[in-house]
Amino acid sequence: MFLRRLAALGLTLLLAAPLARAQLSIEITGAGAQRIPIALVAFAGEGALGQSLSAIVRADLERSGLFRGLEVPPLSPHPTETAKVNYAEWRSRLADALVLGSVAARPDGRFEVRFKLFDTVKQQDLSGVAYTLRKDQARATAHRIADFVYEKLIGEKGVFSTRIAYVVKRGNRYELQIADADGAGEETALASFEPIISPVWSPDGRRLAYVSFEAKRPVVYVHSLLDGKRTVAANFRGSNSAPAWSPDGAKLAVCLSREGGSQIFTVNPDGSALRRLTSSSAIDTEPRYSPDGQWIYFTSDRGGSPQIYRMAAAGGEPQRVTFEGSYNVSPRISPDGKMLAYITRNESKFQVGLLDLSNRQTQIITDSDRDESPSFSPNGRMILLATVTGGRGVLSAVSSDGRFKQRLSAAAGGDVREPAWGPFIE
Amino acid sequence: MRRSDVMRQTAIAAFSTAVLFLAACATTSDTPAPVTDGSKPPAEVKTDTVKPVTPGGGPSGSQLSALKDPKNILSQRSIFYDYDKFDVRDEYRALVEAHAKYLRENPSARMLIQGNTDERGSREYNVGLGQRRSDGVKRMMTLLGARDSQVESVSLGEEKPQVDGHSESAWSKNRRSDILYSGEY
Repeated sequence: MFLRRLAALGLTLLLAAPLARAQLSIEITGAGAQRIPIALVAFAGEGALGQSLSAIVRADLERSGLFRGLEVPPLSPHPTETAKVNYAEWRSRLADALVLGSVAARPDGRFEVRFKLFDTVKQQDLSGVAYTLRKDQARATAHRIADFVYEKLIGEKGVFSTRIAYVVKRGNRYELQIADADGAGEETALASFEPIISPVWSPDGRRLAYVSFEAKRPVVYVHSLLDGKRTVAANFRGSNSAPAWSPDGAKLAVCLSREGGSQIFTVNPDGSALRRLTSSSAIDTEPRYSPDGQWIYFTSDRGGSPQIYRMAAAGGEPQRVTFEGSYNVSPRISPDGKMLAYITRNESKFQVGLLDLSNRQTQIITDSDRDESPSFSPNGRMILLATVTGGRGVLSAVSSDGRFKQRLSAAAGGDVREPAWGPFIE
Repeated sequence: MRRSDVMRQTAIAAFSTAVLFLAACATTSDTPAPVTDGSKPPAEVKTDTVKPVTPGGGPSGSQLSALKDPKNILSQRSIFYDYDKFDVRDEYRALVEAHAKYLRENPSARMLIQGNTDERGSREYNVGLGQRRSDGVKRMMTLLGARDSQVESVSLGEEKPQVDGHSESAWSKNRRSDILYSGEY
């Protein structure tokens, strides 16, 4: 693979990628990443789309921390995907990979984009795709191209076409927003003068469950993103919070106080079929299903301090999972089920810890100190989280190995918090 | 004023007797029997029909309700906590007792207790911690004779700080339970 052939570059990359319309601006920091040098030649005719596809693809790939886009001088003749590739020339430009493409207007007013990916080291044509699109689908198309390149060269699915949800607080106004994984194309799904917390994506990416305080107490809602309609999933006496979807999307695990204390229940997304899972005098909250649906991980202070436990998804005797430290909360299981990300308190710092569930090894992967709400990317490569820098709530993303970091802050001011990375969308 | 107070007391007494009687009959009804003497029970004095009074300032008007009268302990609605603590400190005992008495004497009164935490740590775990605070106050109220159905305890976690800030002086104001009566939420 490319990665193995590359020496660690030992560079610190710091780039502010200003994105058209983007409310979140992204700053990337990282050291020692092994990055594939890739040449993304401007697609012939892409100006007709009003934005540069190749530039969006390049920004996507660089944000993954695994690629380094090369500067390509104007070429004559301008090569497209149909050109015969002069591999030696691209090797002399230090490119390990090359993307060529073109954009053509169709008689129906739409456009056709064609591109091809080449491995310049193995001198191989790695194939490509042709897309038909409307002009307003240019960004989405660029993300699809980046996903294709990423998967071919890294060997796992890319997440550039996925979306993220988060809450922005400006003054006393709270907005639940949905954006592309690069922070562009944000839309407000809900605005409220009362807090909104804990958004979670349904496995099909069509709905969000979240907690809203608009009724002066926490109530769990399910919100359909297609039509903006929402239904109450849990509005029992007391507090209703911490929703988590079962992997099949049929159930929500929630934390309710209706029977006293804070205990974990399951409920159908329409509020029916309520069932209690835990029976303790402790706080049992923050349930999360394992991706195989077998387990529910949760936070409990039944042992005297908040720690992460797990139980069978239908309920049962909980087993303690975290042992180091006196404050381990907010469990999130990686998509492959092998890692547990959580928030751990280190003296007075709250940071993201990562526990390898097979060998029990733990590591702290952030160097910020007020981290909250970790969320795995659907390919498990990155973890999105909320933190505070300069007194302001920002989102941060860190690679699961801790080596590479991004920061996303709201360009228009305000605190950004409660991120949730959405699933792959077919 | 005084006269209506007397009438109210009478009504409360009649009311309480009725409730005790009903309780003795093991009724499951939460709705008290209507009072027939024509005077409204105090809990039906809608707080939003009462002229707001700035605590500590302004002359006290004749429409003051006990719940809003800054001179009445019932106008005190917040209980503050030590860090990571849930027990109601002794200094708030009289406050809790006064509210419990009010609930006891006004069976149609409904109370919402909102537990709150400071900003540190997980938002959802803090919802749990705030719930433990409000549950504790509710338990005291019911031990002191308020009925379970009169009191709902909920948590706002760290989401509704009284004071913005990132120091102990702000945090100590935010670790609290707030008492609200129906009409106030």
